[in-house]
Amino acid sequence: MTGRTAPTTKGATEPTTKGATEPTTKGATEPTTKGATEPAEASAAEAAHAAAEAAQAAVAAEPLLRTAGLTYTTPAGRRLVDAVSLTVSAGETVGLVGPNGSGKTTLLRCVYGALAPTGGQVFLDGADLAGASAKARARRIATVPQDGQAGFELTVRQIVAMGRSPHKRFWEADTAADEELVRGALARVGAADLAGRSFARLSGGERQRVLTARALVQEPTVLVLDEPTNHLDIRYQLEILALVRDLGTANLLALHDLTLAAYYCDRLYVLDAGRVVASGPPGDVLTAELLAEVYGVAAEVAVHPVTGAPTVTYLPPGRA
Amino acid sequence: MTYQPVRRLRTRREAPIRGSGGGAPGSGGGGLGEPPAGTRTRTLPYSVLVAALVIALAAAGIAGLAWGSVKIPPGDVLHILTGKADPSPYRTIVLDVRLPRVLLGAAVGAGLAVVGTTLQALVRNPLADPFLLGISSGASAAAVSVIVLGVGAGLATTVTIPAASFVGAFLALLLVYTLAREPGGGFTTSRLILAGVAVSYVLAALTSLILVVSARADHLKEVLYWTLGGLGSARWDSLALPLVVLALGTGLLLALARPLDLLLVGEEGATVLGLNTARFRAAVFALASLVTGVLVAQSGAIGFVGLMVPHAARMLVGAAHRALLPVAALMGAVFLVLADLAARTVAAPQDIPVGVLTALTGGPFFLWLLRRDRARQEEAA
Repeated sequence: MTGRTAPTTKGATEPTTKGATEPTTKGATEPTTKGATEPAEASAAEAAHAAAEAAQAAVAAEPLLRTAGLTYTTPAGRRLVDAVSLTVSAGETVGLVGPNGSGKTTLLRCVYGALAPTGGQVFLDGADLAGASAKARARRIATVPQDGQAGFELTVRQIVAMGRSPHKRFWEADTAADEELVRGALARVGAADLAGRSFARLSGGERQRVLTARALVQEPTVLVLDEPTNHLDIRYQLEILALVRDLGTANLLALHDLTLAAYYCDRLYVLDAGRVVASGPPGDVLTAELLAEVYGVAAEVAVHPVTGAPTVTYLPPGRA
Repeated sequence: MTYQPVRRLRTRREAPIRGSGGGAPGSGGGGLGEPPAGTRTRTLPYSVLVAALVIALAAAGIAGLAWGSVKIPPGDVLHILTGKADPSPYRTIVLDVRLPRVLLGAAVGAGLAVVGTTLQALVRNPLADPFLLGISSGASAAAVSVIVLGVGAGLATTVTIPAASFVGAFLALLLVYTLAREPGGGFTTSRLILAGVAVSYVLAALTSLILVVSARADHLKEVLYWTLGGLGSARWDSLALPLVVLALGTGLLLALARPLDLLLVGEEGATVLGLNTARFRAAVFALASLVTGVLVAQSGAIGFVGLMVPHAARMLVGAAHRALLPVAALMGAVFLVLADLAARTVAAPQDIPVGVLTALTGGPFFLWLLRRDRARQEEAA
């Protein structure tokens, strides 16, 4: 919960104010108060303090989300994700691009906990997530699952309110504040008028927006989205991506549309056959050579005069 | 989660012909922001619905006490219940014969409805039911083995039979779950029903085999009773366990309403919302088996209550469990008390097993659900 208030400012302010021993796992508030109340306690604490500060520097450099050699091999022996190491910092939007079957979805599922990686680790704030409970993970990482099922008649409001579950005990009911969050999130994705509708009867695009609202209600510090623009009209594609960028969360998105990815992402990782084959700012990564190699298409990449971002134009075979 | 009826089920939003209390006439019902006031007033407030069901249960209970092979005026029943008519000739019939039977009927009806609701969420399939999934058969088979083979002889049968039923129910559920589960973790309707039917048949055959091997005539009626289901065995001294288990089970499931809701959005959806689905499923399976086992130990396998009642309840209050479970429990209780009343009076003085009556209504209902399911799938495709 504590992590939600202002993830963007976190990186800047926290390390200097914190003076406590374990800044990695707990939220922001606790260490700050500790540091304020007991600085002059004893000189014996000085040494520990210095050590803590050293650790602090390491934490400051530690990105919010990091994977190290992340690998997933199916029980049948197919390696879908092969030693992927990537980082996402608070306030940063990182895109994952690559052809179908390149392992984007599998990689994301390992990050948000639907799959247990067969090798490597996922670190959140420097702590290995392998030991974290599903609930602890869900308090920090939100996603929009691709198999958004609705076998029974639940209303949109009820579906979105489920986003509060990681912050609740099993038997706890939703409070007025929770309902306010739900209303606000629905309004942000332009779905306020859907609140009383049956989720099962929504169109694909409406569902996508509702499930995005649910992820917002989770108040995450990390947002992991697999094709968040799937099923969406172009207007909502732009709105959702702008919204995600503005949240200040650490965002890891798998995107099909390279031009959208180039415009909305700070950095891109290009996956091919489960491996990272290129990474960096969109302008460096998206080149005609790379597209030819990874996607097997001829394309022209130009800097768009209005957006200033790389724009990809695909050339029909034989035209290049 | 608060009570939020799915309005579609009560009002057709595409036909706002009648002015709905002055609320946004002609807006097409799908207006922006809050729904038109009129659409809401047509659904019952939740507290009114629950109160109405409690009254219905009381009325059904009094009817169950008054009618039967001997007809007793309802006024006399009330006097006997309040202790005002001590010398009444009907005292024994009402208090010692019919009251435990009505209470057992209410408990079994409520329990089967609650378990059915829960199982439907667990396997995310509206066709789940303790009877169809073979759980009731598992409980019956185990109970019959205890009776006929004399397993655990020496211990009180009030303990051994419910315990055996619980174990039988749990093993049957485990078997069906394992057989029906797809590699990806889902449950298709066909796999689930095939697995349930297969397990049911095997267990029914096992029950018959035990009976034939034992070759004692007096067991025949008892075993028939287990397989058909009835409330004739209700006695005061065997009523405490079902009532306690029902109350605890329902209370616990109500406390778990939130994670039960999460299961409705799918395995992955529940996981990313923080639910350890494997552990939670196992725990709720055990709880469902316990409630089913203890109830079936008293009543035999009564079919389709756990299928029909949850559906009717969902139509009234939607699928969120905090609102759904109490309504399903009350409706199940009313339904089985009335069904048992019919079973006692339709061919009086003959006492038809109530399971026969519920199957007569439940079979067609099941077919209707199957057809509706298929129609929806075709619509979606």
